[in-house]
Amino acid sequence: MSTNRGILIVGASQAGVQLASSLREIGYADPITIVGAERHAPYQRPPLSKAYLQGKVTAETLSFRTQEYYDKHDIQLVLNERIVAVDKAPDGSGAAMSASGREFAFSRLALTTGARPRRLQIEGADLDGVLYLRDADDAEDMKARMASADNVVVVGGGFIGLEAAASAQKFGKSVSVLEAAPRLVGRAVGEETSEFFLKAHRSRGLDITLNAKIVRFTGESGRVSGVELEDGRVVPADIVLVGIGVVPRTELAEQMGLACGNGVIVDEFSLASDGTTVVAGDCAELPNPMPRDGAPERLRLESVNNAVEQARNAAATVAGGRVPYRMVPWFWSDQGEVKLQMAGLSAGYDQIVTRGSVEDEKFSFIYYREGQVIAADCINNPVDFMAVKALLAKGINVPADRVVDAGTPLKKLVAELAPAS
Amino acid sequence: MPKVTYTSADGDVSVLEGNAGDSVMEIAVRNGVPGIVADCGGSLACSTCHVYVREDDLGLLPPLEEMEDDMLDGTTSERRANSRLSCQLTLSAEDNLHVETPESQV
Repeated sequence: MSTNRGILIVGASQAGVQLASSLREIGYADPITIVGAERHAPYQRPPLSKAYLQGKVTAETLSFRTQEYYDKHDIQLVLNERIVAVDKAPDGSGAAMSASGREFAFSRLALTTGARPRRLQIEGADLDGVLYLRDADDAEDMKARMASADNVVVVGGGFIGLEAAASAQKFGKSVSVLEAAPRLVGRAVGEETSEFFLKAHRSRGLDITLNAKIVRFTGESGRVSGVELEDGRVVPADIVLVGIGVVPRTELAEQMGLACGNGVIVDEFSLASDGTTVVAGDCAELPNPMPRDGAPERLRLESVNNAVEQARNAAATVAGGRVPYRMVPWFWSDQGEVKLQMAGLSAGYDQIVTRGSVEDEKFSFIYYREGQVIAADCINNPVDFMAVKALLAKGINVPADRVVDAGTPLKKLVAELAPAS
Repeated sequence: MPKVTYTSADGDVSVLEGNAGDSVMEIAVRNGVPGIVADCGGSLACSTCHVYVREDDLGLLPPLEEMEDDMLDGTTSERRANSRLSCQLTLSAEDNLHVETPESQV
């Protein structure tokens, strides 16, 4: 028998740290090593486009855990090492090699490698001042550049783009958003929510162009100066933030011969196609954790919630359990004064009920399919969000004719309608 | 340095120190106190950092604002008069706070 080298977690991410913590919580006693490519100890990413960019929090406060925590729980944290190759035997053990030549032997492997920003490959893409926002260094760079910028252009009207745009507006910058699609946040929310965001942001002075066909970035002496559209218009820019989605980091998995699609393909126990490697977070393509008719059977989830919950599921698998991964997906996005909280997945809905006042920016869109609540987009309405998340988890339905009455708390309706247990 | 005593539903006690300006949630998460989940990192989006504050200490706390009040209606364990979301409890240097973590956060 070879020595037990424990688990090697590639990716010092939210999922990576959660996996390590959960393993210790459930009594896993073998060595745990987390290897991260960044120079920073693992930290929270969501604030980078919000509180961090606005100067409300510092980089230090974003760290998940203290070094004492890792020491006390015997979790070895290795930073500044990018794993570039993995050699794995059929029993799941093997060795990983970093770009600097360090070797990490393991008995079990976990991939929590996350995703990288999708690049916009057009003329001028390499100009100084064309930025992406994914990690702490990106955010620090953008924050520093924002100080001396007057015109900020955001390419992509998704969550990152709109959050960063709202943050830039707080500094009094002139901010333009260029979205290629006919609506904002098209991949994640329903049309009504997109429409709401458009009005809410425009009323606050954000210049938004939909159906924007970007031709190139213009520049002077190597620095970006504007974004040129197909109609010839040039939107002036001192900095450009490109936020057009992310691409899962699957290189290692591919090199190992693991099945990959839109991410590393895993089963409901968070196991990759080799049956031993566990995968969690943004890099995984997983079976829908809340399966139902009309929803995708498999998907990739880009959220803190999934990073945390899937990592817990992966930990249970590593510890020898077989718990199918089930949870209600949820997400939040703070865009200036507008707080969106989403519960469930609205794909395949056939009815929307508005609860509350869209005009007052405190409401929920409740999504139904065949008379059954499947999801909610809640704006500045945490009470509804929490209630929908709870009812979805318990499999309780609230009919549309009752849900429309915003005067009655959802929690009360749920209590009335819950089957007596 | 501010000091926080966390007591779990099972009676496990952790006494931790932080820095002025830290929240009760941040100190817990950084040190891995199991009773605090805090998925959203203090964005008032998840209600998984719910705590019961010792009655004697309630006077030390910042007032309850609307969003926190709303989110407290959605906690997994029952809301009580001394319920707060620990992400909203920012500490000053001399604070010495005692909180109990609920049986479940999710």
